[in-house]
Amino acid sequence: MNIPSELHYTSDHEWARQTAEGVQVGITAFAAEQLGAVVFVELPKVGDRIAAGGAFGQVESTKSVSDLYAPLSGKVVAVNAALESAPEQVNDDPYGAGWMITLAPDDANAVAGLLDADAYRALIG
Amino acid sequence: MSDATPLQRTPLYDAHVALGGQMVPFAGFEMPVQYKREGGGLEAEHRATRTAVGLFDVSHMGEIVVEGPDAIAEVDGLVSNDVRALGDGEACYALLCHPHGGVVDDLFVYRLSAERVLIVVNASNIQKDFEHLRAHARQPERIVNRSADFAQVAVQGPQAKALLALVAPGAALEAPRNRISLHGFAGHDVLVATTGYTGEAGYELYCPPSAAPALWQALLEAGAPLGVAAVGLGARDTLRLEASYALYGHELRDDIDPFEARVGWAVKLEGRSFVGSEALVARKAAGPTRRLCGLQMQDRGIARADYPVLHGGEVVGHVTSGTHSPTLGLPIAMALLPAALAKLGTEVDVDLRGRTRRAVVVKLPFYSRG
Repeated sequence: MNIPSELHYTSDHEWARQTAEGVQVGITAFAAEQLGAVVFVELPKVGDRIAAGGAFGQVESTKSVSDLYAPLSGKVVAVNAALESAPEQVNDDPYGAGWMITLAPDDANAVAGLLDADAYRALIG
Repeated sequence: MSDATPLQRTPLYDAHVALGGQMVPFAGFEMPVQYKREGGGLEAEHRATRTAVGLFDVSHMGEIVVEGPDAIAEVDGLVSNDVRALGDGEACYALLCHPHGGVVDDLFVYRLSAERVLIVVNASNIQKDFEHLRAHARQPERIVNRSADFAQVAVQGPQAKALLALVAPGAALEAPRNRISLHGFAGHDVLVATTGYTGEAGYELYCPPSAAPALWQALLEAGAPLGVAAVGLGARDTLRLEASYALYGHELRDDIDPFEARVGWAVKLEGRSFVGSEALVARKAAGPTRRLCGLQMQDRGIARADYPVLHGGEVVGHVTSGTHSPTLGLPIAMALLPAALAKLGTEVDVDLRGRTRRAVVVKLPFYSRG
């Protein structure tokens, strides 16, 4: 299972990546595999405020629909609009082209409080 | 299903596990929802059935046998379709109805001979159907639940005939739809029926449970060059939904009648008397107040089973089944709506978990092989 060591994770199977623009967020390869082929991704708008642990969107596969949970609190500064027409990117490249939103976090150090790759790997066993 | 009831396994349980089958509880059985392996998964299994051939373990289905000199007349008095019109080796789809006309189950009736009728019912309804049949039969003791004596494997798709020609040479594979005949396989009797639930041509094979693993393995091996795939319940549902076949508990229920569910074609009332026929004569004359419709979403999202359907801000019906169609690449759904709204092009709203999304009534089925 692909769990990049430089990323941080939540127990809800989101990943977070510190970038120059903010904290980029997506779902893990494990989550994408559990969902099966993703057919719709519902994301917030740029400017929306989201709270850590709150649902910021939904991801829908043939089998099921699941909420997306925010790994930290902040303002949405970018949204991956390409997922509207190419939701399969979530399966094909969950840590790259399948990214979902970028947040300007309220607490600049919040990412460090998330799970690291080893802890996430232990979680999904 | 209470936790105290142990789940049953079909004779193909080990074969599913060996193929990476993701086993889930379904109607009291542990069944594969999909096969998790390279090239597997719901969408791949669905596509294999549409383009090549899919193998389905449907051994959980129930088999009820009616035997005796008067078997045909007995069954004819119990189900909605005209069983007396069947010749030996012919089959029909029919409904089992309550005296009030609601549907107990949908089933297939196979006339094996003048004195032997096989009724194949949904796994979730085996006991309910058996009790209903016995309660209304003239001679209840000749209605026997033989579910434990049959395994069932469905072979469906454009390559189904080529595959069975390899595994069961000499079987009556050219027969038109809704026929059944006996064929020998490795010393076992196998009933080969030209029926199915996918919208593709194909076969349903009924065999003794002890013969099922060898039959399954032979089909997998001979089918490899043809692109055969083992198919789980997930794709079985997307396939039947594209073909717009009813699933009991969704499109058909105790409180839904056959006319509402658009299976009135399987209700033959003229010159017949069967359980529910009086109520159905009246319901047919009055016309259904609700109708099953196809829905196509105009906005993003999948309308799933039990989501409310609204018109003019009022809840007017509900989605019976919905999914993302792997063949069409679109969300598809069926919904039970008031007859006045069941017209092509009618715009309705579906409540997708608190968000209202526009949908339009479209023609059924969503898919048929051209």
